[in-house]
Amino acid sequence: MWKGEGFGLVKLPPGSRVVYAPEPFEALEDPEGAIRHALEHPTGDSDPLSARLTPGMRLTICFDDISLPLPPMEAPDIRQMIIEAVLDAAAAAGVDDVVLIAALALHRRMTEPELRHALGHRVYDAFAPHGLLLQHDAEDPSNLIHLGMTKHGEDVEINKRAAESDLLIYVNINLVAMDGGHKSVATGLASYKSLRHHHNPETMTHSKSFMDAPASELHTANWRMGRLIRDAGVKIFQIETTLNTDTFPGNFQFLQKREWEWTWKDRATFMAASKALDAAPPKMARQVLHSIKAPHAMRSVYAGEVETVHELITADVWAQQGVAVEGQTDIVTMGLPYISPYNVNSILNPILVACLGLGYFFNLYRGKPVVREGGVAILFHPTRPEFHPGHHPSYIDFFEQVLTQTTDPVVMHQQFEEAFATDPWYIHLYKTGHAYHGVHPFYMWYWCSHAMKHLGRVIIVGGDPATVRRMGFHPASTLDDALEMAKDVVGPDPTLTHLHTPPLLLADVT
Amino acid sequence: MRALRIDRKLTRFAAARVASAFGAGRGAVLGPLRLVDVTAPSLPSADWFPVTPIRSGICGSDLASVDGRSSLYFEDIVSFPFILGHEIVGEMVADGIGADGEPLLAGQRVVVQPVLGCAARGLELCPACRAGDVGRCGCLTHGHLSPGLQTGFCRDTGGGWSEGPLVAHASQLFAVPDDLSDDDAVTVEPMACAIHAALRAQAGADDTVAIIGAGTLGLGVLAALRFLADTGRSPSPRRLMIGARYSVQRQMASAFGADDVVEPRHLDRAVRSATSSLIVGRPNGRSGVLSGGSDITIDCVGSAESIAEALRITRPGGRVVLVGMPAKASLDLAALWHREIELVGAYAYGTETVAGESESTFHLALEMAGTIGTGRLVSASYTLDRYEEALAHAGSAGSRGAIKIVFDVRPKRAVSQRED
Repeated sequence: MWKGEGFGLVKLPPGSRVVYAPEPFEALEDPEGAIRHALEHPTGDSDPLSARLTPGMRLTICFDDISLPLPPMEAPDIRQMIIEAVLDAAAAAGVDDVVLIAALALHRRMTEPELRHALGHRVYDAFAPHGLLLQHDAEDPSNLIHLGMTKHGEDVEINKRAAESDLLIYVNINLVAMDGGHKSVATGLASYKSLRHHHNPETMTHSKSFMDAPASELHTANWRMGRLIRDAGVKIFQIETTLNTDTFPGNFQFLQKREWEWTWKDRATFMAASKALDAAPPKMARQVLHSIKAPHAMRSVYAGEVETVHELITADVWAQQGVAVEGQTDIVTMGLPYISPYNVNSILNPILVACLGLGYFFNLYRGKPVVREGGVAILFHPTRPEFHPGHHPSYIDFFEQVLTQTTDPVVMHQQFEEAFATDPWYIHLYKTGHAYHGVHPFYMWYWCSHAMKHLGRVIIVGGDPATVRRMGFHPASTLDDALEMAKDVVGPDPTLTHLHTPPLLLADVT
Repeated sequence: MRALRIDRKLTRFAAARVASAFGAGRGAVLGPLRLVDVTAPSLPSADWFPVTPIRSGICGSDLASVDGRSSLYFEDIVSFPFILGHEIVGEMVADGIGADGEPLLAGQRVVVQPVLGCAARGLELCPACRAGDVGRCGCLTHGHLSPGLQTGFCRDTGGGWSEGPLVAHASQLFAVPDDLSDDDAVTVEPMACAIHAALRAQAGADDTVAIIGAGTLGLGVLAALRFLADTGRSPSPRRLMIGARYSVQRQMASAFGADDVVEPRHLDRAVRSATSSLIVGRPNGRSGVLSGGSDITIDCVGSAESIAEALRITRPGGRVVLVGMPAKASLDLAALWHREIELVGAYAYGTETVAGESESTFHLALEMAGTIGTGRLVSASYTLDRYEEALAHAGSAGSRGAIKIVFDVRPKRAVSQRED
């Protein structure tokens, strides 16, 4: 069971059900060959990449940022492999106006080492010194373009360079089923003015789940916007990829095995690692864990027209991660690890703890949630009131100034969001430092909207009591205590399901 | 009669300093404070009257004296031995006259305005006293009294921490309305300080005011700013913010009308948010100066750290009001210079000019105590026998869920009558 910067063994009650992630699929034998093949054999209404590259054209290559994949993958990163292939094709076609853009949306700017890891030294050194490696700036009006409004009154405002290029190539890593598709450009290259239309409590509450496109209002809104972008004349060549569930390297591989399959070596490694992490100060444990690079391997790659590519890739994601789960449960337990999309090389602060448990893990389903309506979620995490001041400055103030007043996403959306979103200091730090945008903690809290509405109680085992209570949840010191507390909500003889993730899984609940 | 007296014994002051390292008020165990039998002070002149204290508060300056941590600045304006206690509600022992020239009857409750200015000392009034600014009197060592800035720091007057009478000059006596409880009344002196500080802040309607410290003074200043605005005596500041560490302080701050009650360590960030400022330099905020900041910061702590924080969070051209009693402090004043911040002291009380009218600060405080019910600030009372506990409690009030600790020094007869 993960519990932040550590893990341990927890004895679940007899009869409990554990949902494990599927075994990793075999890696592609020749990923470079698969990429070249995908570029020249696109799906949907698209010519091969070589046919779309002409001398004198403006080419912009956008790519997913530090939030994907998790943990960061061992070199070479998929983005590097794909972008090198695209650049080879562009060079062969005589294209010399090429710009790379990290599609940050409102995420923090990547550091040089992070960019080098994602793109490789060759690409970085060829572009960055010449100012041709950019990071999307959602607060730079001079480099944003308003393409129109959807029929639902949603502003569509995206990166100007990308929109005005003769070809926009977007390189995705589809870690989970909600990644990619129109969301790549409509969200990854958008401004706050555009994002606020779907990153709000209303949309999040009606996304059941984020992983289930037809039932996701977030997906629907992005598709409306994406089609408007397409209809506005933006030429997009979409490249999407899937990874297998090979998440932990070498000595940490026991973390992705079923416990009863552990070898003696796994047991010994577990004992040593868990004791060492428990004994280490959180900062040191974080350093150790964030140094882990996942042995993720590419499973599939498709390129071409956005919707067709995304449909194929999403099917592949489900094939790798999908697990059939029969019936809902009264109580779901989840061990929360040290990492989420928004704290790579950083701290999983309390708001991100909530988001990881209730926004992400709770939503790893299709059909219906693993836990029944009115049920209980029991999360394991120390939930210390720790924040990275450089990465998450507005989170600190959100925790102190907003969560002390309300935990209701709708109320905070109405009363506090705008002030944070337009705060000049947060904007300054987002633009010039490595800070998430001022509005970001609100979005993280909104991600929890559906879960908070659905669940009868949220209990955090091992969580700092004051911090947990401030978020409107219940602290417990042990699973036994948590189960006693849960009985008030779900009755004396509840069913319990444990989501054994990571590695990532998608529960297909019938 | 028994009283808590401070004697000038250097070894005991040194011991108190050591003991107070374990917590404010701990100097009571080894220090210069002793519960002793004393004779009641004699009346210096005909316009002095004996007052038997009922309740007497424990103030930060009292704790500093007990712990041997007062500034040496005060050495020449106190006279040993002195009986502590300057926050006093008591009863007139005999008929007398009050500060307004009105008669006061024996047994009538009064609060004592403790500053021992020219009138009390039998001197011709100095310019400050003539203007009613008794707190600014510079004649604290002259006249027919021994040196002493206030009752409670002068060997001739007695003090509030006493089971028998102290003596007070007519100019020091203010009648307590019947509807004011003893707890309300014992807070009148600190509330007068708070009102004076609030007026020294000169807050305007567009101003953001930040208050550092949420003890009796901090909460009092907050209440005073609201009281003065609610009664039309001064503008209501746009936003009132206070850093309050303990739950009881936070609850009281909200009850007294703060717009923002935040953890003290987050006050700078809250001010930054409220004023749409940037933190110049490091984003961690703890040591960064705000590009803008509060228009007025009222420091009710008075430490080097709190003054430094006030300078960091106050906007260029803004005002810092120093209310908490400071001692020797080492701090960087570059921000004061560079940002042209006005640093203003706020001590005691006197006569205030509010909305074009002159009013005694004590009259304003009596009105405020009745309107707001500042007796709510009184969390516990002790008899003099338990002074060590009382002072330890006062020294760690916030963490023990308390705000103001007072001595209940009613004569035994009166106590038993009330308990009956």
